[in-house]
Amino acid sequence: MSRMNLLQAVNNALDTAMAADERVLCFGEDVGVFGGVFRATSHLQEKYGRDRCFNTPLVEQGIVGFANGLAAQGSVPVAEIQFADYIFPAFDQLVNETAKFRYRSGNLFDVGGLTVRAPYGGGIAGGHYHSQSPEAYFAHTPGLTVVVPRNPHQAKGLLLASIRSPDPVIFFEPKRLYRASVGEVPDDDYELPLRQAEVVKEGNDITLLAWGAQLEVVEQAAEMAEEAGISCEIIDLRTIVPWDIDTVVESVLKTGRLIVSHEAPLTGGFAAEIAATIQSRCFLYLESPIERVAGLDTPFPLTLEKEYMPGPLKVLDAIHRTMDF
Amino acid sequence: MKKTRSTAKPVHKPVFANGDDIQIPVFTLLKPDGTLYAGAGATSLDETTARRIYRAMLYTRVLDERMMAAQRQGRLSFYMQCTGEEAAVIGSTAALADADMIMAQYREQGALAYRGFTTDEFMDQLFGNERDTAHGRQMPIHYGSRDLHYLTISSPLATQIPQATGYAYGQKLAGQGHCTLTIFGEGAASEGDFHAALNMASVHKVPVIFLCRNNGYAISTPVTEQFAGDGVAARAFGYRMQSIRVDGNDVLAVYEATREARRLAVEENEPVLIEAMTYRLAAHSSSDDPSGYRSKKEEEAWHKKDPLRRMQRWLIERGWWNEDEERELTESLRREVLETMKQAEKRRPPALETLVSDVYAETPALLREQLATLKAHIGRHPEAYPRSAPWLDGDTETEGQA
Repeated sequence: MSRMNLLQAVNNALDTAMAADERVLCFGEDVGVFGGVFRATSHLQEKYGRDRCFNTPLVEQGIVGFANGLAAQGSVPVAEIQFADYIFPAFDQLVNETAKFRYRSGNLFDVGGLTVRAPYGGGIAGGHYHSQSPEAYFAHTPGLTVVVPRNPHQAKGLLLASIRSPDPVIFFEPKRLYRASVGEVPDDDYELPLRQAEVVKEGNDITLLAWGAQLEVVEQAAEMAEEAGISCEIIDLRTIVPWDIDTVVESVLKTGRLIVSHEAPLTGGFAAEIAATIQSRCFLYLESPIERVAGLDTPFPLTLEKEYMPGPLKVLDAIHRTMDF
Repeated sequence: MKKTRSTAKPVHKPVFANGDDIQIPVFTLLKPDGTLYAGAGATSLDETTARRIYRAMLYTRVLDERMMAAQRQGRLSFYMQCTGEEAAVIGSTAALADADMIMAQYREQGALAYRGFTTDEFMDQLFGNERDTAHGRQMPIHYGSRDLHYLTISSPLATQIPQATGYAYGQKLAGQGHCTLTIFGEGAASEGDFHAALNMASVHKVPVIFLCRNNGYAISTPVTEQFAGDGVAARAFGYRMQSIRVDGNDVLAVYEATREARRLAVEENEPVLIEAMTYRLAAHSSSDDPSGYRSKKEEEAWHKKDPLRRMQRWLIERGWWNEDEERELTESLRREVLETMKQAEKRRPPALETLVSDVYAETPALLREQLATLKAHIGRHPEAYPRSAPWLDGDTETEGQA
């Protein structure tokens, strides 16, 4: 065990993957000698050489196109998009190519080896273009797997599982936690399961569902609610798609109440999908309407970032609304 | 960048460069009448390869004629012909090793024909039947073959070009002396993916050959409205890549150019851009009518440059082919295509389970549920789903795929 922040855990996972399998390659803008703008790929070029860890030209569609080809060839590319906000030039490659490679060829070709990493989410005074949470766009594309870790231990285990998954994975790293989230991380090679949510804390009155940096927010809200005698069950979805319906259903059948919280704007956010599914499966067990606590339907703001964000007090208010319904 | 920074000379008046002083010639060996130009170097094409190329060209021409007719008869939903561009596609394929990767656009069935894709395989894909390896998931002409190293076709234009750069990077690391050829039209070369691919290939010194089929039109848009520069070949210079323009209807020139490009790619890790000047003699697709945007006169002028006639005359001149052989082969190919088509169109549609398999390596629970719901629905309304209802009667063979 070592004490690491989330960034060091990502770096450690990449190091572990590259040491275990020489087909693993890491590349992207400033990823080479500099080690990435956040330093997620620090020392990897030094250790594994320029062929396996390198800078690319500044062209996201090219990075993902190149990565698709490499994965089809049998390599295991881990491509970095410098910020999730800049993934959109690669949207066509991800949505029309990555996601459909296996299906359209009848499994003759696949890009299962591909992992696309991108720092993601708000909370760093990043304004419109260094703050977004675009998971819902990708969740709407069958064939993609979208994963978001909540802490260093999760980041290493889920990233290793993503790299070795037989399906392409988009791995969003909550950058607000890069240095803020610190914890014990096993030094050895381990994987945490994809497509499986985790019950982080058991409770009886209400289920709080979130992912990534938002976990910490709902945990704070739960602590405040507990003071008022409300017992919260907290679930980390971990894999956004394909998502673990059973774990959420099981929890809601017990608590009868659900709040889903994400930083992304409310309308069309993934909470909507979860709410629709849970109401259809748990209809007669629900004590109150499913609530969503999300970002506003605005571009991500700067000065009034705190007002935009679905912070702990907004979640707490929603808990009370739900309990008092 | 380093190079430019250290070698660019300072000047003290504003001097603009427009590239007009660079004139890219057209490499050609064979005249339209099938005789060699004076001064044309010797071809490295041997008799076996030359016959294999010509047979594939003839096969492609016959296949395209028959399938276009089938589309007109309403037997096939859609079709695209390679007609007029066979030399560019097949001549370049022939210059590769058979294990080199090909990532094409959609009009390159000749490459598959050259590598031995069977008529059964063509027909099963075109009709999207139960034997189609992609289970009828894509429109006709979206072929693919792992055995023949031919990536499954994808409709979005130019997406395969940066993929070819990545694939070739992997081939370089694998060190087995393979390269990737990616083929696309001059319209696709306007896409951002094209530029990304060339730049990355040049920066990372990747064994990839970019072959642009400059056939004059992107559906109806002529090259004069596609770009203002000197075609596509000139763009390579901006990426410090070697580039050649070749007569795309001259199979000998295409073959020699690609052969040398492959040597540069594999032995020197130099990516190469080839611009093959050709003409799409047929419509863009079965849904297109070229009379709305180009003249009969223009088409006739290009018919005179038909790559098949040109190669045929050259072969006959060398004693490697004769007209009887041509007649017999054409007849037998027509019969083969027709007979195989009749079989293919009678085959069953793909199993219902194939609707949900291959989205992921392992089908997620929610998708399995959706299939079960769909099956129950079809079971209640079998008359509304004649293609899939018959599969509901206890077919377990493909159950494992879902």
